[in-house]
Amino acid sequence: MTSHSDLSCTGLVRRFSGHTAVDHVSLDVPAGTFFSILGPSGCGKTTLLRLLAGFDKPDEGDIHIRGQRMNDVPPNHRPVNMVFQHLALFPTMSVGENIGYGLKRQKVPAAERQKRIVQVLEQVGLPDLAGRNPQQLSGGQRQRVALARCLVLKPTLLLLDEPLGALDLKLREQMKVELKHLQKAFGTTFVYITHDQSEAMVMSDQVAVMRNGRFDQVAPPEVLYRQPETPFVAGFVGDNNRLRGDLVSVEGELADIRLDDGSRVRGRIACEGLEPGSRVDLFVRPESLVLAGEAINPGYTGMDARIRTTLFDGANSRVEAEAAGQTVYARLPQDGSAPRLGENAAVRLAWDPILARVFEAAT
Amino acid sequence: MNRWLPRTYLTLVYLLLYVPIAVLVVFSFNESRTGYDWGGLSLRWYEALFNNRAMVKAMWNSLWLALSAATISTLIGALTALALHRYRFRGKQVLNGMLFVVMMSPEIVLAISLLALFLLVGMQLGYVSLLLAHVTFCLPFVVITVTARLSGFDERLPEAARDLGASDFVMTRTVLIPVIMPALLAGWLLGFTLSLDDVVVSTFVSGPSYEILPLRIYSMVRVGLKPEVNALGALLLVFSLVMLILSQWILLRSRR
Repeated sequence: MTSHSDLSCTGLVRRFSGHTAVDHVSLDVPAGTFFSILGPSGCGKTTLLRLLAGFDKPDEGDIHIRGQRMNDVPPNHRPVNMVFQHLALFPTMSVGENIGYGLKRQKVPAAERQKRIVQVLEQVGLPDLAGRNPQQLSGGQRQRVALARCLVLKPTLLLLDEPLGALDLKLREQMKVELKHLQKAFGTTFVYITHDQSEAMVMSDQVAVMRNGRFDQVAPPEVLYRQPETPFVAGFVGDNNRLRGDLVSVEGELADIRLDDGSRVRGRIACEGLEPGSRVDLFVRPESLVLAGEAINPGYTGMDARIRTTLFDGANSRVEAEAAGQTVYARLPQDGSAPRLGENAAVRLAWDPILARVFEAAT
Repeated sequence: MNRWLPRTYLTLVYLLLYVPIAVLVVFSFNESRTGYDWGGLSLRWYEALFNNRAMVKAMWNSLWLALSAATISTLIGALTALALHRYRFRGKQVLNGMLFVVMMSPEIVLAISLLALFLLVGMQLGYVSLLLAHVTFCLPFVVITVTARLSGFDERLPEAARDLGASDFVMTRTVLIPVIMPALLAGWLLGFTLSLDDVVVSTFVSGPSYEILPLRIYSMVRVGLKPEVNALGALLLVFSLVMLILSQWILLRSRR
């Protein structure tokens, strides 16, 4: 166990009757970093978090926190605190009592307790609310109280179970940024689970993409986005277009692919063991697609498409097009560089083959 | 025109509910010996009531019985509700259903079966047999009120408490009990009133050693309505109102 990692798990397994919720997961979270576990619902991320908090025990594997083995330590003795999905603020206590709850359990004297409650409330931007009832607060304020309740205890590790899920969109965007700032300010190691890839991308230093109880890829957000290692990550993280076809030939790291309508496109190979003739999926991001009127970069590859509709959304505007019998989205720049497109207009979609990733087709 | 119909209707309903009570209270202050004519204001029936040793004794007996039956059934009922809520086990549905059976079955059936049981085991009829019987019929009401409260209980609260460093015992004391307190109070109050005015079951399982108020009143009324009974009724009414207000006040305070 290296001393600089706050949390280190090796070969964690948790089985429930019939299925394995957590399947040989190993992870290492360096001190003071923001680590997210991203996955669709039912991928086992909540189970994993409950193992870390101590509400559940792993069937196999070890959990070490700052080098200490935690497997048999009950939740009330772990240097770990958790922000619950629905926050779980105690309804019969005031905000101050909620925050002081853990301090009281640690037998911190009342005067000191009071001081720390005031201090942490200030840090999360809620001064003077100690006397309120949690029910009287707004969603965002409750969120901060739940955070303060944990952070006041100065845990080694803070676990967060999709705490932003209950907030409306605008507030969620705000809280994302705020959480990241708070994490930096407190320097506490955060382990955050979510099914929302944008939350994970915006806040994290490292993201683990989880599926069927396993980690598909653990990487910084940018690497995850640019170099997904599995088709699942490519499809789950960020918007992506998937084109299915047959591999014709391989030249260096580029693959030549025949799409189902016969058109030929190219992309970069992202997995091993591809033979000519295999079914493959090519992933290319909407922002990599260029709506080419006439001038096409000679290195680019492309295909003919027919515009179905334009989806205007400010900077995120896209066109929905049909190409090779599949639906494709392309980003529509709002700087005036894109042509105006009517419905059913025929266009050519082009891209730099280096930016597309080719995987063996998932069955 | 249309506005008058619902108002009249509502007035009638409330008159129906409250006129008998009002009559009882008013006549408890009646100087006259008969219940039919008004003979002026007087407290003589209250005086007579308090001079009636047997009556006062029965009242204390009843209060003590209701107090102990409500408390015991609240304790057992709360634990039962917690177990039914928290654990999954074989026969849980059956247990749950059996509580309803006790609640729904005619009181006379419960009374007869309890009597038969007590006779079978050779128990002296008196305070203990009354207590057992009253706890029996109060229990389902407590379980149901507490269960209702628990169904809205956030399962994550105990976990949050544990996570913040509380042991199971401390969690129960600081989180669980405050949350179900209103239900405990309501269940206790329900048990208390049920026990205080029960006649049917008590008739069967009480003995000469422990006379309780409802039975005493019942036997008094059989030989003719004495105005003393009105005074007693008025007192009981005030008592239950005080209890009700007290419980509401405690609830309001605990919510703050």
